[in-house]
Amino acid sequence: MIFQGKAHKYGRDVDTDVIIPARYLSTSDPNELAKHCLEDLDADFLDKVQKGDIIVAEENFGCGSSREHAPIAIKAAGISCVIAKSFARIFYRNAINIGLPILESSEAVDGIKAGDEIKVDTEKGEISNLSTGKMFKAVPFPQFIEKIIEKEGLINYVKEKVGK
Amino acid sequence: MSMTITEKILAAHAGKDTVSPGELINVRLDLVLGNDITAPVAIREFNKTGAGKVFDKSKVVLVPDHFTPNKDIESAEQAKILREFAYEQELENYFEVGRMGVEHALLPEQGLVLPGDVVIGADSHTCTYGALGAFATGVGSTDMAAGMATGEAWFKVPESIKFVFKGELDKWISGKDLILYTIGRIGVDGALYRAMELTGEVIEGLSMDSRFSMANMAIEAGAKNGIIAPDDTTLEYVRPRAKRDFQVFESDEDAQYAQVFEFNGADIELQVAFPHLPSNTKGISEVGDVRIDQVVIGSCTNGRLEDLRTAAQILKGKKADPRIRLIIIPATQRIYRAAMSEGLFDVFLDAGAAISTPTCGPCLGGHMGILAAGERAVATTNRNFVGRMGHPKSEVYLAGPAVAAASAVLGKIAGPEEL
Repeated sequence: MIFQGKAHKYGRDVDTDVIIPARYLSTSDPNELAKHCLEDLDADFLDKVQKGDIIVAEENFGCGSSREHAPIAIKAAGISCVIAKSFARIFYRNAINIGLPILESSEAVDGIKAGDEIKVDTEKGEISNLSTGKMFKAVPFPQFIEKIIEKEGLINYVKEKVGK
Repeated sequence: MSMTITEKILAAHAGKDTVSPGELINVRLDLVLGNDITAPVAIREFNKTGAGKVFDKSKVVLVPDHFTPNKDIESAEQAKILREFAYEQELENYFEVGRMGVEHALLPEQGLVLPGDVVIGADSHTCTYGALGAFATGVGSTDMAAGMATGEAWFKVPESIKFVFKGELDKWISGKDLILYTIGRIGVDGALYRAMELTGEVIEGLSMDSRFSMANMAIEAGAKNGIIAPDDTTLEYVRPRAKRDFQVFESDEDAQYAQVFEFNGADIELQVAFPHLPSNTKGISEVGDVRIDQVVIGSCTNGRLEDLRTAAQILKGKKADPRIRLIIIPATQRIYRAAMSEGLFDVFLDAGAAISTPTCGPCLGGHMGILAAGERAVATTNRNFVGRMGHPKSEVYLAGPAVAAASAVLGKIAGPEEL
């Protein structure tokens, strides 16, 4: 899959409470959750974000809770993929399971600043900073992960496989 | 081939003789858990699979504990989804308000998790059950749905980090202090994707309540699971509660570890984790003068009887500082009743505390004690990220029950020795 959009850059340990605060967890409606994505970290995020944009962050992105509402909020807010130096393990798994593409690449994160125009090719594992002309490599997805994300999540993928 | 306790449990559930770190395996689950926030999403996804019935109605546990007793209409709707699914699926382990508890205190108490089990829960603090010598890990709602449908989950076998706690503990030092100290040393991703194996004479001398506190916070170091090998203390706890057979595993003498850390009890003071990371720890002697507005004693980390007894010991004959709110939340109905029978509630009430029915409540900024802008709380909970307990401009300081109780009396962060 190929994505292109503006980079929104953050530091390390962006936690699930800041991605979607618990005060909004009385709902699991993606569109409701999207309205509060990152509001305690970056009050301007929702004004700035456009469909297809990319979040770029340092280590341990998504640390904290297992709430699947976190990647759901990010995806519903229009983000096409998240690039980080490392991901917290439950968030990593959840993102794949709901069809939010994620990539790990320290050098890409160091080579991108807020506002840069980024192009990502998940199958080749290539991250291109169109604003600076630099290209970085990330480990590409194995086929079955690529399929899960294309089908927008594990359940859809399983349903199709099982033919139900 | 020698294996760690974590590897052995996973191998046994994958039907293999051995497994090694990095290997992808499919395992049979002993239990699948969810709560009122995470299960509604899981149930919706489960219904999409077409499976119809859960894989085993004795092995899917639903506990409405986060926003209950229902905090508002939306939360009531979410709790209703759990209840209706539980009845429709004839689940044997659905715990209604008035009969429930905070999930990670409730399940061990009910004998639902046993040594050698593999448990997934749609809640990050599922790692708590590692204190029983089980492999227990937090997952999202989709993995919970897949688990309910198939009774299986895939895992990448984690490397293990061994922590050896030696020597003796000073007075008041509890499992909470030990785990905060550890996270302070290694960082919030210091155990990322790994099993945290907690060992040593200090661990062997800990009560089950303190062991649960420790394993509970393994996730705060980024771990896949936390685990303590079963010993006599574990067996004494488990035997009267178990309604089925279980298996005790332990690490081989020559098992391989990615890292080994050794800590000495003498070096460990009472700990406080300052905002806004559980790793931002200081010893009580370094805390300085920090005025507070609220104290919360409770949660899946420290809402157990030992925690309440410690708090009562310190609060006995004393009053909470008049400017602060002291909120005490026994984690299960059984703990609630025991605390009451032992006279702990009189101590708490005399001190001016608010005692609540079991709920996760304020821990995650839900209800029952939210903070306004500029307010500070000392809490025996497990996270202090920005906005965790309320307004993004509020602050949470994590500590054990001894520091929490002493802080309530003095109106500032303090240890019992300062009273």
